[in-house]
Amino acid sequence: MRMVTIDDYGQYETAWCPGCGNFSILKAVKQALVASQLKPHEVLFVSGIGQAAKAPHYLNANLFNGLHGRSLPVATGAKLANPKLAVIVESGDGCNYGEGGNHFLAAIRRNIDVTLLVHNNQIYGLTKGQASPTTSEGVVTKAQPAGVASTPFNPMAVAVAMEAGFVARGFSGMTDHLAGLIQEAMAHRGFSLVDILQPCVSFNKVNTFAWYKERCAPLPETHDPTNWEGAMKVSMERGDKIPIGIIYRNHRPPFEAHFSVLADGPLVGRDVDPVMLSDVMSRYG
Amino acid sequence: MVTVGQLLAKTLVRSGYYIVVTQSYHSRIRGGHNTFAIRVGVDEVIAPKEAVDLLVAFDADTVALHRKDLLSQGLVVVDKAMAAGGQALLEVPFEDLSGERFYNIAALGVVGSLLGLEEHLMATAMVDFFGKKKPELVDENRDALAAAVGWVAKEAISGPRLPPVTQVAKRLMMNGNEAIALGALSAGVRFCSFYPMTPSTSICLNLAAQAKRMGLIVEQAEDEIAAINMAIGASFAGAPSMVATSGGGFALMVEGVSLAAMTETPVVVVVAQRPGPATGLPTRTEQGDLELVLHAGHGEFPRAVFAPGTVEDCFHLTRKAFELAERYQGPVFLLTDQFLADSFRALSPFDVEHLAPVHVGAQSPGSGPYERFAVTESGVSPRLLPGASDHLVVADSDEHTEDGHITEDLSVRTQMVEKRLRKGVEMSAETIPPDMEGPENPDLLLISWGSSKGAVQEAASHMRSGGEKLATLHFSQVWPLVPDHFMRSLESAGQVVSIEGNAFGQLARLIRRETGFEITKKVLRYDGLPLTPEYILRALNRS
Repeated sequence: MRMVTIDDYGQYETAWCPGCGNFSILKAVKQALVASQLKPHEVLFVSGIGQAAKAPHYLNANLFNGLHGRSLPVATGAKLANPKLAVIVESGDGCNYGEGGNHFLAAIRRNIDVTLLVHNNQIYGLTKGQASPTTSEGVVTKAQPAGVASTPFNPMAVAVAMEAGFVARGFSGMTDHLAGLIQEAMAHRGFSLVDILQPCVSFNKVNTFAWYKERCAPLPETHDPTNWEGAMKVSMERGDKIPIGIIYRNHRPPFEAHFSVLADGPLVGRDVDPVMLSDVMSRYG
Repeated sequence: MVTVGQLLAKTLVRSGYYIVVTQSYHSRIRGGHNTFAIRVGVDEVIAPKEAVDLLVAFDADTVALHRKDLLSQGLVVVDKAMAAGGQALLEVPFEDLSGERFYNIAALGVVGSLLGLEEHLMATAMVDFFGKKKPELVDENRDALAAAVGWVAKEAISGPRLPPVTQVAKRLMMNGNEAIALGALSAGVRFCSFYPMTPSTSICLNLAAQAKRMGLIVEQAEDEIAAINMAIGASFAGAPSMVATSGGGFALMVEGVSLAAMTETPVVVVVAQRPGPATGLPTRTEQGDLELVLHAGHGEFPRAVFAPGTVEDCFHLTRKAFELAERYQGPVFLLTDQFLADSFRALSPFDVEHLAPVHVGAQSPGSGPYERFAVTESGVSPRLLPGASDHLVVADSDEHTEDGHITEDLSVRTQMVEKRLRKGVEMSAETIPPDMEGPENPDLLLISWGSSKGAVQEAASHMRSGGEKLATLHFSQVWPLVPDHFMRSLESAGQVVSIEGNAFGQLARLIRRETGFEITKKVLRYDGLPLTPEYILRALNRS
């Protein structure tokens, strides 16, 4: 059989600003898909709204680009309908941690076999520079002229606290490392989260490329991602060093495994059994 | 109370009677003032009735509240220990007949005996109900039932006895929600997501109960926004999908409705209405959300809205909703209400073994590269399913090119708007015409939609029997409207009256908007109770 190569995923013109972290993330995603030897038609991307959510338009795969914040429910429905699809949600911090916060928590609880890639630039880019759920306290924006008064959302700590199946953090400036994380996340059976730190060259003047580069450091090899207490501690670290890598993982059965109807394959293309239906009706007799 | 009502209703249906059940309950888990009213007839009954022949009261408040509805020959069944006082009381010594836990079944025995129902049918209904859930209760229930039946015989009590049924036909007892669930199963529903909300929830519970056997997934979502987005995701991947909710939950789904339209993803949305605004009267009925459903979703796109008038309609129109959703690739609505959702009726079994299957997805991609949103004459583009072939399926909530990718090319935008709207034109050709009954050129034309069908028809037949030249026009599909279907009826009538369970007269407003024809006379009800023939006759000064 022919090997899948990077060319299968294509090369397209984008709507991103020059120097945007999205370019490296797109490259890492393609690398991970090729390393996973998935064919474009076997993959379904689901995205929301924002500059990150446009990423799947710039590669070859099935795509449902839905509403702001609602990618995870769409991905959940699609995965349940056809578990054979490799389902990847790709969107930004505002989409997943703000507008779609409830779905983020629910997806972790369900442990649906979906990979969530969050482009986390700690700012709203497409709407031109308002605070996002991950913007640091005190950062001044046009919408928060006195500085952000809320504390930032910590997706790693929340995900680990909820014992999410797979929790990792990457940095757009370390593309190969990031591609490795995405590949592992996709191979994980169950919900996997890769929070991807990236600069926003237009609107985030605090967390710049240099700022991240100085801080992002791969976790030491001694880190045991199956140790929850240790993972919890790492998830709270955010100072001079920001640990990147696989913070936590477990092997809870994925959500789909609870539905015996899926043992017969996807829900797609099944006929109605008239005898069974007749029996269901007879219960109302 | 609901249990004994359901058991009595079941026994009546199995004895060959027709029923119309009206349930009215408080928004709480236990207690409150709840009623389960059964109208029964040897011939088909189509509407609720206010007057009461037989009132079974489990508390003194019920007697006080409903005594005014009692007919002159009527009877009030109460517990002897209640010491209710007043006339036409049948005081039953429940304490002597059964333990307190079995008063319900003893009441069933008393009422069933008074009506002339056979004990073994009451017993079978009871066993069917408790047998699986609480088999340990069956024997004691059976004793209570026998004691009650024996007491009525021994005391030689006569009450409002039902005329006998000569030929007992095999019928189902179903309410609107159950018929919607069965209709959806028959149409091949494979995915249903919901957030619990009265009065829609039991649709999803009925589906969940059959999910394993019928091969579908029913998922309780974290909120209604998730529910509709999940259904859209499942449908995009090829599973015929539905959601069910009520006004407030539907309000949360509205952006999703627009998404289904833009991505041309089939989804069936059931809105079981209850009185609003906001939380309103959570457990009562109203037809107040026609305008909401007609306009729900930003932007312009085609949709179809069905409004079942009977429990049979609930089954058939749910099937039709799935057919249209799949054929025209977008949102299709079913608009019911608490009255119909909870209204048990006796109906002939559906011919489920000979139903046409609903076709899903997988049209031929044609030659050349596949384009999910190819511009076609009918507006319907070839729909392939992701993962089913090498073809890539791309859909976008942004305006998109024919291959589904985001675009800001404004000429493409115009083409795509027109393509989507062409589907609406095609859909109109399939609109179910309103049901006209009565003479041509009537002096009076009564217009209705949805669950009030029976009440309006019965009021009309009462007026006709008084010599009036009167017709009815009932809409079971309220969008798209095809004025050619009904304009002549409107224009040839002496007077037109719109009869609706809301305060605006929303169908009348819709007809005026679409045709310019103004219906000035309206009979409206918005107190949380269903329209009844008596209510309509009073409003028209005919009683």
